[in-house]
Amino acid sequence: MQGNLRDVSLTQVLNIINLSRKTGTLVLYEAKKTGQMEKVNAEQERERIEAGAERAHIVFKEGKLVHARIGEQDGNLVTVLNKSGKLTDGQAKIIRERTKNVNDKAIALKLIGANYVTQKDIINSIQQYTMDIVYNMSSWKQEPFRFQDNVMPTVERIMVPIDLKNVIIELSRREEMLTELNNFLPDLDRPLKFPPDLKQKFQGVHLSVEEWRVVSYVDPKNTIRQIAKASNMSDVEIRRVVYGLVQAGLVQVVEPAAGSALQNSSGRRARPRPKSSNVQADVVNRLISKIKSM
Amino acid sequence: MQTVKMVITGPYSSGKTEFISSISEIDVVKTEREVTTKAEREVKDQTTVAMDFGRITVDDDLVLYLFGTPGQRRFDFMWEILAEGMLGFVVMVDSAKPETFREAKSILETFRAYAPTPYVVAANKQDHPDAWQTDDMRVALRIDEDVKLLPCVAKDKESVKNVLLELLYSILEEMES
Repeated sequence: MQGNLRDVSLTQVLNIINLSRKTGTLVLYEAKKTGQMEKVNAEQERERIEAGAERAHIVFKEGKLVHARIGEQDGNLVTVLNKSGKLTDGQAKIIRERTKNVNDKAIALKLIGANYVTQKDIINSIQQYTMDIVYNMSSWKQEPFRFQDNVMPTVERIMVPIDLKNVIIELSRREEMLTELNNFLPDLDRPLKFPPDLKQKFQGVHLSVEEWRVVSYVDPKNTIRQIAKASNMSDVEIRRVVYGLVQAGLVQVVEPAAGSALQNSSGRRARPRPKSSNVQADVVNRLISKIKSM
Repeated sequence: MQTVKMVITGPYSSGKTEFISSISEIDVVKTEREVTTKAEREVKDQTTVAMDFGRITVDDDLVLYLFGTPGQRRFDFMWEILAEGMLGFVVMVDSAKPETFREAKSILETFRAYAPTPYVVAANKQDHPDAWQTDDMRVALRIDEDVKLLPCVAKDKESVKNVLLELLYSILEEMES
C-alpha cells in the first residue's frame, strides 16, 4: 500500500490498517515538490510530489498501533519518560549516560526496581508518546507514504498495543477542527483590526504569550500571514490564535472590499433521469452462457 | 433482434478501452483523440472523447453492447446518454493510482444517480507492483461490503470475463429478489 496523504487521508490509511489487521511499518516521507505537473483527474493538474527523506515511522501489530517515531527523535524509554514528566532532565541525562547499549526493557526493570517509576507510568507514558506523534500528524496533508508489510523496528522497544479505533476518532476530530479553522479563516492575506470599544473588551483579560504576540502586530497594514511570519507561527497555529481572539471579541478580521462577489459553485444542469433497462432474466442467463463460452 | 448494453466507466486512464478490447468480438470502435495537455500526455497519448464501443453477439436474437465512457469530466455530458437503458455498469479503478480513487468514487456515485442498476467495481492493473490490495481499496473507496469489488487485469480476457460474469450474476440476483 503506497500513496500520498493528498489523496488518501491519514485517518483513511489507519482505518485500512485497523480493518485489515495489518502488521508492519507505515513510513511517511517529506513531500518533495518536483516542479512537474501531473493529472489529478481528467481536467485538473497539480504539482507532482515525490517522496523525500523519511519523516515518520508508525508501527502496527495485527491492526493495533504499537510504536511511532518522528524525525530524529529516537523514541527510547528515557526520552519518553522525560517527555511525560516522569523523569527530570537531570535524571534523564544521568540514566542515559549509565545505560548506554542497554535495551528499553532492561532500563524499565531497573527504573521500576529503583522506584523511579511504576509499570503503569511506563505503559501510560509510552501510549501517550505514541498517540501524540500520530495526533501531531493531523495537519499533514501531502506527505507520500508506503506501508511495509511485516517490517518491525530493528531497535528493541517496549511496544504497548493501542486500539486504533480511538486514535482514528481523535484524529478525525482534530482534522475536523483544522477544517473548521480553515473555513473560518480561509484567507490569511487579510489584516486584523481592533473593535471600537477596545479598552472595555481587554479589561480583565489574560492573554497567552502567543496571543499577545499576535495582538501586538494587529494593524490594518499587516496581513495575518505577515503576523504569522513575524511571530514564527505555522498557518495552523495562527488560525487557532486568531480564531480564539475573534471569538472573544478582541480582534476582528477585516472583510474584503465590497463587490468581490463570491464565486458561484459550478452546479450542474439538472437533467431528467435516464430510463433504466427492462430486460428479462432469460436474457441475462443467455449472456452468462455466452460469456462463459468465450 | 434484442440489444442490451453495459457501460464501462471510470477515471481517465483506468483501462476502460483495454477492458472492452479484450472481450469484444469486433475491433473496438474507438473515438480517441490525441491528448492536448502535457500532463495528460505523460499518462497516455490518446484518450476517449465520446465513447468506446464493443460488441458480443449471443445469437441471432441477442447482442450485448459494451460502451466505454470518456474519462475526462469535460465530456461527461455523454455519460447520461450512455447510461440510458443500461443493464448494469462496471467502474474501473487503477489499483496503482490512489490519486484517482476519489474521482472513481465520484463517477460511481454519478452513475448510481443516473440509474438504479446493479454495478461492480473492477480493481484494474492488479499485476502492477504498486497495486493496492482490493480489501484496502474497499476501505479507501468506502465501498459497502455487499458491492462486488473484483481484482482485474483489463488486458487479460479471462479477468474481463470474470468481471462481466459477476456483474451479470448481480443483475440476475436483483431480478430474482
